[in-house]
Amino acid sequence: MPRENIEQYKGVFIFAQQVDNELSGIALELLGKAKDLANDLDEKKVTAVLLGENVGSLVDTLAEYGADRVIVVDDPALKDYRTEPYTHALASVINEFKPEILLVGATAIGRDLGPRVSSRVHTGLTADCTQLDIGDFPLNAVEGQEQKHKQLLMTRPAFGGNTIATIACPDFRPQMATVRPGVMQKITPVKGAKAEVVEFNPGFEENDCYTKILEIVKAVSEVEDIQEAKILVSGGRGVGSAENFKILDDLAKALHGTVSCSRAVVDSGWKPKDLQVGQTGKTVRPKVYFAIGISGAIQHVAGMEESDLIIAINKDENAPIFDVADYGVVGDLNKIVPALTKKIEEALAAKG
Amino acid sequence: MKVVVCIKQVPDTKGGVKFKPDGTLDRGAMLAIMNPDDKAGLEAALRLKDQYGAEVTVVTMGLPKAEAVLREAMAMGADKAVLVTDRVLGGADTWATSSTIAGALRNMEYDLVITGRQAIDGDTAQVGPQISEHLGLPVISYAEEIKVDEKAKKVVVKRQFEDRYHMVEAKLPCLITALAELGEPRYMTPGGIFDAFEKEVTVWGRADLKDVDDSNLGLKGSPTQIAKASDKVKKGQGEKVTPDSAEEAVEYLVGKLTEKHVI
Repeated sequence: MPRENIEQYKGVFIFAQQVDNELSGIALELLGKAKDLANDLDEKKVTAVLLGENVGSLVDTLAEYGADRVIVVDDPALKDYRTEPYTHALASVINEFKPEILLVGATAIGRDLGPRVSSRVHTGLTADCTQLDIGDFPLNAVEGQEQKHKQLLMTRPAFGGNTIATIACPDFRPQMATVRPGVMQKITPVKGAKAEVVEFNPGFEENDCYTKILEIVKAVSEVEDIQEAKILVSGGRGVGSAENFKILDDLAKALHGTVSCSRAVVDSGWKPKDLQVGQTGKTVRPKVYFAIGISGAIQHVAGMEESDLIIAINKDENAPIFDVADYGVVGDLNKIVPALTKKIEEALAAKG
Repeated sequence: MKVVVCIKQVPDTKGGVKFKPDGTLDRGAMLAIMNPDDKAGLEAALRLKDQYGAEVTVVTMGLPKAEAVLREAMAMGADKAVLVTDRVLGGADTWATSSTIAGALRNMEYDLVITGRQAIDGDTAQVGPQISEHLGLPVISYAEEIKVDEKAKKVVVKRQFEDRYHMVEAKLPCLITALAELGEPRYMTPGGIFDAFEKEVTVWGRADLKDVDDSNLGLKGSPTQIAKASDKVKKGQGEKVTPDSAEEAVEYLVGKLTEKHVI
């Protein structure tokens, strides 16, 4: 049953994920995209929904990255992420403020919260989107069917990255999407920008759906965030061993970049999962992506093909990675990479 | 204790995806398998059976041929199987799928419902949490480990996030979505395969779904609609060179990096 009075739903909202009172990068990425969408809809405002305990200090950061208004639900029940109180809070915000669009990051939190909230408010949710546009649905007018304008068109990969589908939610509101981290662009922060703050608390009542967190164990990891890196030196099975990754570490160091890897490398135990690029790892879009000893399976390519410049080194001239590489070199990485590192160090030293 | 595992038959995307000339997916040309995360969830349920004598029921929604994954599940050790199949259920998005499964579950007894984290064809990871919402159950997603306290009627789950895990306690009945890390699935046994074909698969249609409105089922009950689906457009091929020596390769790469102002 389509929702009635959907025209009452206005504005572009984003869920501003925070963990340990630190905003997640995805919150800022969503704001960047939300601004574009708001412009295309002739909406003036972007609203961030911030849930947590004592999170007021994060409002200014959200403002600097593009939020015009921040709805804050501040309550001890929201200290650490739990499905039920977060669902209650976000669904209550939707019912009260009636957004036209709501974007949520496709993180381990967002992919739990999004579907629970969308079922509670009875609307559609498109998962793990990589592109969002405003347009007509159906895309081309069909006789006997009303063509609706200014709909959110949500594009996402499916079938392990082999297919892309564009999905709309014409008869229900809000139009909800979870968005893959690392794909949308943050805006350059506007120092000193301020947002209107609206405090809203629906009240929380413990019920059988409230879970209890017995323990929180943070992964002890000193690895860098590969989604933030400008230059990634990524290795695959072809690197041969954990020890041999040293030649990639050296290249990364010379270029002030970061090392990442393919799934085969994680499965072999050579590198931690945090460094994995691809469908089941992270999506990255650095300025330069070196794919070294990576065959280029679709599951890997799905996570890096948006990189500005892709350079592949592989001894197999038929490796599919060459289909997406801007520059490909067929050859032995053990000989090429150390020599390349040396040459780059010399070139940079010469430049001072 | 009664455990219900929701499983899905999916095309094996590892072997590549085949398309028909009209651009739609050629499911017939691809191998159909039990979704890997669901299989891990089934394994977790079978371990609860080994440990506590839990009764394990598998349920799937799909075409009649989806019966194959139910037989496989029974050959691995599941006790009962339910196939939900009906023309009016076709074309469902995650809202309509979860409404359907919830309608079937309302006819069943359970202490624990397990689904996979996500299916490899749709990749949404939405159906599990949506079923839990329809049934008013607590949900714990991304489970890596499950411990059940039958007496206290509760479960403790290791729940994975990107940079940490939570040990989460929930009251039973509850719903858990399983990661592949939950357990290496056991093989079917020859005896199990024989038995699986002797056992009955319960088949339910639209009329067997409890407390679900028609407006929430199938294509008509789906809030999301596909505007366009296509094979992925590949990026144009760049340059590929095969230098005679490492020096030549390095010269080429340094040249490109300089040209692009990387160094």
